[in-house]
Amino acid sequence: MENPRHWRLKKQRYGLVGEECPHCHEKLFPPRDVCPHCGGEAKEEFTFSGQGEVYSFTTMYSAPAGYEEYAPYTVALVKLEEGPVLTAQLTDLGDDEEVEIGMPVEMVTRRLRSDGDDSGILIYGYKFRPVMK
Amino acid sequence: MREVAVIGIGQTPIREEWEKSLRLLAGEAVLASLADAGMQRADGIFVGNMIGGSANNQQHLGAYIADWVGLRYSEAVHLETACSSGAAAFRAALIAVASGELDSAIAVGVEKMTDSPGSEITTALATAADANWETDQGLSFVVLNALLMKRYMHEHGWTHEDFAPFSINAHANGVHNPNARFRKAITLEAYTKAALIADPINLMDASPMGDGAAAALLVPADSVPHDARYPVIRVAASAAATDALAVHDRKDPLWLTAAEKSAQQAYQQATLTPKDIDLFELHDAFSIMATLSLEATGFAERGQGPRLALDGEIRPSGRIPIATRGGLKARGHPIGATGMYQIVEVIQQLRGDCGQTQVENARVGMAQNIGGSGSNIITHIFKAG
Ligand SMILES: [Zn+2]
Repeated sequence: MENPRHWRLKKQRYGLVGEECPHCHEKLFPPRDVCPHCGGEAKEEFTFSGQGEVYSFTTMYSAPAGYEEYAPYTVALVKLEEGPVLTAQLTDLGDDEEVEIGMPVEMVTRRLRSDGDDSGILIYGYKFRPVMK
Repeated sequence: MREVAVIGIGQTPIREEWEKSLRLLAGEAVLASLADAGMQRADGIFVGNMIGGSANNQQHLGAYIADWVGLRYSEAVHLETACSSGAAAFRAALIAVASGELDSAIAVGVEKMTDSPGSEITTALATAADANWETDQGLSFVVLNALLMKRYMHEHGWTHEDFAPFSINAHANGVHNPNARFRKAITLEAYTKAALIADPINLMDASPMGDGAAAALLVPADSVPHDARYPVIRVAASAAATDALAVHDRKDPLWLTAAEKSAQQAYQQATLTPKDIDLFELHDAFSIMATLSLEATGFAERGQGPRLALDGEIRPSGRIPIATRGGLKARGHPIGATGMYQIVEVIQQLRGDCGQTQVENARVGMAQNIGGSGSNIITHIFKAG
């Protein structure tokens, strides 16, 4: 049912493709038609490096439908090095790995969601993992 | 625009109403507001509701409720702005009467949450967040608030326990409200030891769901009869503002710009400042939201919301009483109805009908309803006499 919605977001979810505003040069993720910083038209593609840091985080114990198999999982607001903040799960956390605000993280592609029912929607997309030291 | 007064209010007790449907609840509140005003009907009805479509398989609530309350053939509209749908309905009714289009209007907020399993309700509520960029990452609404609270504690150095007075005050006041979901006081220990939902938010930071409806009847102020039992309660200000839908898209996630903008516009309309507000029914869906609202509306400096609570200034006897009937935390948070409960409670305060949690000499009261995690915020100010 919802598949076209996810199919449309592939470029952003797999490649962190956003925009750079040609007027004020702020970087935008996800892409938009109007730059929220200056109100100008935003059109130029910009691919983010995938590097960022944890702005905030928490743990989900009771997951929404479709996400149960991953629970408990850590969700974060990640501030990309180019400026925008996005919402993503953290992954590849070691057993005794302490997540901290300010911790450097990088983007990886993982499965986000699988539906148990007949529609079987799988969503792949970005998660972030600690930067290897 | 002409001046508008609220002459009737009605509400149902917030609880699990297994025997009652969405329209029965809405109808009870509407008919109570009409009876309170001694009126039979109104020219129009404005319905606030968020999740009727998924939770009750019922949309098109304008005609649905109008017909049920005997207003078949009247104008009727359903408004949805997530958790601020109640205040959105009130504002629409207000504009209709103030403009002269209608000579009377009813605003009703209603939510019937127990017709669907809890997990489906959680999914329905998460539709207020950004589906592509928040919800698909496996988020629920409580998690967005947990992310804000964690960052707030990090930036401003507060501990979890510093937020306890919000919950304790709400529950202490809820004891005296016969319509409250919870009517039991809580201790500091109960707050600190409550079960964790999403670090740092525990059960005592979060408001409970429930079934409920609340309504108000609006008419032009100059049509209010002089022999009324109560002082005339005028709508002194009404303002709404939006912000980015997703928390991560806000300029500063820890500052409720829409709360600031709608409050500033409201102060301007009423030519008042925060100092003139005798009580404030704010949107304490989570303790962090109470904190951020107090700051954005000018009652506390940035980062100092918890200080106001720790100093006791939010109690009915304090400088800015909040949650005087229990707030979202104890009165309950029937999503699309909540904004109307807040308004009804401000009017009860201005009528002097609040018994043990009555704010002394309450003349000016404010209600602020927050949709989503801060993306659609509506502020109203009421004045007695
Ligand atoms: Zn720009």
